[in-house]
Amino acid sequence: MEMSEENSGNSTRRIDRRTALKWVSAASVTFPLSGGESFAAAVPAGVGYGPDPDLTKAYQPGELWPLTFSESQRSLVIVLSDIIIPADDTSPSASALGVPDFVDEWISSPYEEQKGDRLLILKGLDWLEEEAQRRGADHFVSLSEGAQLTICQDIAIEAKKNRREFPGSFFYTLRNLVAGGYYTTPEGMKDIGYRGNVAMVEWNGPPTEVLEQLGLSPQE
Amino acid sequence: MPVISPTDTQASYDAVIVGSGAGGGQVAYLLAMAGIKTLVLEAGRMFDPTRETAMFQTPNMAPLRAERTPDKQYGFYDASVASGWDIPGEPYTNASKEEKRQFAWWRQRMMGGRTNHWGRVSLRNGPYDFEMRSRMGVGYDWPISYDDLAPYYDKVEMLAGIFGASEGIENSPDSSPGVLLPPPKFRAGELLAREKAKTLGIPVVPVHRAILTETQDADRIPKKLHPGNGKAQRLLAENMRMRAKCFFATDCHRGCSIGAAFDSMTVFLRPALKSGNLDILPNAMVHQVTVDDEGRATGVSFVDKVDGGEHHVSGRTVILGASSQESVRILLNSKSKAFPDGIGNDHGIVGRGLTDSVASSLSAQIPALENLPLHNEDGTVGQQAYVPWWKAADQLAGKLDFPGGYKFIVSSGRKMPRLSTGRKYDSFSDTEGIPFGRELKENARRYYGSFIGIGAQGAMAANKDCYSEIDPDGVKDQWGIPVLKFHWKFSDDELKQIADQQRSMRSILEVLGGRISRSYEDDPLAGVKVGGSIIHEVGGAIMGSEQTKSVTNPWSQVWGVPNLVIADGATFPSTADKNPTLSIMAVAWRAADHLMAEMKKGNV
Repeated sequence: MEMSEENSGNSTRRIDRRTALKWVSAASVTFPLSGGESFAAAVPAGVGYGPDPDLTKAYQPGELWPLTFSESQRSLVIVLSDIIIPADDTSPSASALGVPDFVDEWISSPYEEQKGDRLLILKGLDWLEEEAQRRGADHFVSLSEGAQLTICQDIAIEAKKNRREFPGSFFYTLRNLVAGGYYTTPEGMKDIGYRGNVAMVEWNGPPTEVLEQLGLSPQE
Repeated sequence: MPVISPTDTQASYDAVIVGSGAGGGQVAYLLAMAGIKTLVLEAGRMFDPTRETAMFQTPNMAPLRAERTPDKQYGFYDASVASGWDIPGEPYTNASKEEKRQFAWWRQRMMGGRTNHWGRVSLRNGPYDFEMRSRMGVGYDWPISYDDLAPYYDKVEMLAGIFGASEGIENSPDSSPGVLLPPPKFRAGELLAREKAKTLGIPVVPVHRAILTETQDADRIPKKLHPGNGKAQRLLAENMRMRAKCFFATDCHRGCSIGAAFDSMTVFLRPALKSGNLDILPNAMVHQVTVDDEGRATGVSFVDKVDGGEHHVSGRTVILGASSQESVRILLNSKSKAFPDGIGNDHGIVGRGLTDSVASSLSAQIPALENLPLHNEDGTVGQQAYVPWWKAADQLAGKLDFPGGYKFIVSSGRKMPRLSTGRKYDSFSDTEGIPFGRELKENARRYYGSFIGIGAQGAMAANKDCYSEIDPDGVKDQWGIPVLKFHWKFSDDELKQIADQQRSMRSILEVLGGRISRSYEDDPLAGVKVGGSIIHEVGGAIMGSEQTKSVTNPWSQVWGVPNLVIADGATFPSTADKNPTLSIMAVAWRAADHLMAEMKKGNV
C-alpha cells in the first residue's frame, strides 16, 4: 500500500508539538510567582509509559519520569499529607505509606490529564508559604500544628463553597490525591475495610452475621 | 503450525481469517480442529494471558495509581495493549460535532481481540430479539430465529465455560440442562436488592458470565462438541484441564492468568495451535479482500506493522472477524472491477445498520449497607446479579412508549479502592469544609462499600442516522488505509428508553432507601452514554433473507461471494438488550459449520 504523504510522518509520537506548546504557554501566562523554584519545572520533562507497558511489574515514583518537588516542597507535602490523613489507633499516616511520593509522581506526569493538577498543586504550595509568612513564620512547616490546621480548615471551607476557585481548588485536589493515594495502598485498603484480593478455594457469599444485620435469610 | 511472520506464510490456505477475537477465534478453533489449514491474521501483537496479565497487583504498584491515561484508556491493569478509543496513527472521523452524536470506536489491537478485556457477561438473545421489525415495527428482523441458534448457544457455553442459572424468564432463554456452571452466591447488596426489588415486581437473578466457577468436565464435553473427532476431543480435553476454576479474586478486565475467565487465546487459539492446522500472523493490518474476475474472494492484502511492508496471502475462503466496524472498513476498501463500491456493497448497504447498547447508569448510597461486618466481597469480581427485561408483556400490550427491552447489571460491595475512593464521601459530610483528617478516615470507613450501582443496557433498532462509511475527505491512517467516518444520532426511541431506564433504576434505589445521585429521566440525552462507549457496537454488514436489503445471507456469507464469510458482530441486524459477545460466538459457530459443509460439497 502506498503511503500518503501527510500520513507517512511520525504521527504516533505521544507528546506532539501542539501539546508541548500548550503546556509552555499555560505555564508562562499563569500567575506571578514567589520564590521562583516551583516553576523551573513547569513543563514535565518525561514521556509516558507508552501503549504497551509491562503490566505485571511494580513501578516506583520517579522511575518512569522525573519527579518535581524540591526538598522544601517535599517537606511541606509530607506535613499536609499527614494533616489530611493522620495516623490513628488503627492505621498509619499518609506519609508513612509514601503518599507524598505518589503526589509528586502525579504532578510530574507527562500526560495532559494531570497538567492542571500540576499547576494547581505547585501554585498552592507557594501560596501556603506566603500565607505562613503573612502569619509570621518563615515556612508553613515552622508554624505550630494548630496554626497549620487553621489554614487547612480555612481553605477546606473555601473548597466546599467552590472547589474550582483557588485556593479551595488546591486543597480539594491535594486532599483527593492524598486520600486516594492512601486508600490504594494495601494498608489503606485494610483501614477502609477491603478484605479481598486474596485467592480463595470457595466463595460462600456474606457471612451469617451480615445477613442477620440486614434481616435477610441465608442463601441456598 | 505456529506463530509466523509475513514471509513464512504458506502459498495458500483453506481459510484465511482476519481477526483473533470472539468471532475470528471461534471460527479458527472450529476449522483447525476439523483439519482445515487455517491462517489467522491479527492487527496487534501476540499476547500471553498466562504471563502478561496483572492479577493481584494493587494500584500503588502502577504508574498514577493505575488510573486511565491516553496510553491505557481503560486503566493501567486492563488487559489491553496498544488499544483504545484513540490510537495514534489510526484515526477515524465523526460527521457531527455534537457530543451525543459522536461515535467512539474502540480498537483492540492484540491477539485475542476484545475478549481480553471484557466483563464476560454472556447472555443469550431471546426469541423476540430476532424479530425487532415484526414485533416492534422498527429496524430489521434477523433472517434466523432463536431456535436456529439455540444449539450453538449450548455449544459455545460448554466450550467457553459460562456460569448462570435457568430462571424461565420471558425472552431471556435458559440453557439446556448440564450446560451452565453454577452461579456464584450473591453479595450482601445484591441479596438486599433482590429482596427489595421483589416488592416492585422486578426480578434480580444471577447473571451469566464466562468464568469457570467449577472446572470443566473434560471427560464429557469434548465428546459432545467433537463427535467422531478423536484428535479434537483429546486437544480440547487437554486444554480444559489446563484451565483452573476461579479463585474469586482480581477483576476479569485484567485478564486471567489461570484461565478461569474466557478469552480467545486461552479457549480457542491455544488448542487450535496444537492441532497443527493453524498459523497465526500477528501485526498484520488487513485492508482488502482480493477477488478474481468472477468476484470470488482469493485472499487478503495486509500491511506488516513491523516494517510497513505490503503483503498478500491467498485462501480458498476468507473469513472477516476484525470487529464489526473494522470488517465494514475492509469490505468498503475492497474495491475491484467486480465490486467498484466495495465487496458486498452492490446495494450500498455496507456500513448501514450500526447499533449499540443503549446505556445509562444510576447509583446510590444505601444506609442499610453501612457498617456491615467486614468481609471479603470479591466473589467473581464484577457483576453477579442482573435484572432481565421484565416488561416484555407490557411492551407487547402497547403500554410502553419505546421498542425493545433493557437489562440492569447490579453492582455492590467493597471493591478494590481506586484513586476516586478518596473523594467519594464528601456529600455525606455536614462539616463546614470538605472533610480531611480524622473525619475523612471515619467517613471512608463508614461509607465505603455502601453503594449500589446499576448499569442499564438496552436494545437498539437500526435507523437511517447511524452508519459508517469511508471518510469522503480522503483521511487515511498511518499505513495509508482510508479510514471510517461515523454518523450517529439517538432516535426518540432510544431517548424514551433511557428515560424509562432512569425511572426504573430510581424506583429500585428508592425502595432500597438509597441516597441517589442525579438521575436523567427528564433529560435522557444528557444521561445516555455516547455511542461506542460501552464497546458493544454491531451491524454494518447485516444478514438478511433478501440480497438487495442485506450484505450476507443467513449463513453469514456475503451475497454473491459465497467464499467470504463475516464472523463478527457486523452481521447483526439489531442490538438486543443482551451483550453481543456470546451471540457473536454462536453465530460464528453456525457460520463455520455451514462453511465447512459447503467446502466439503465443493460449493466454495
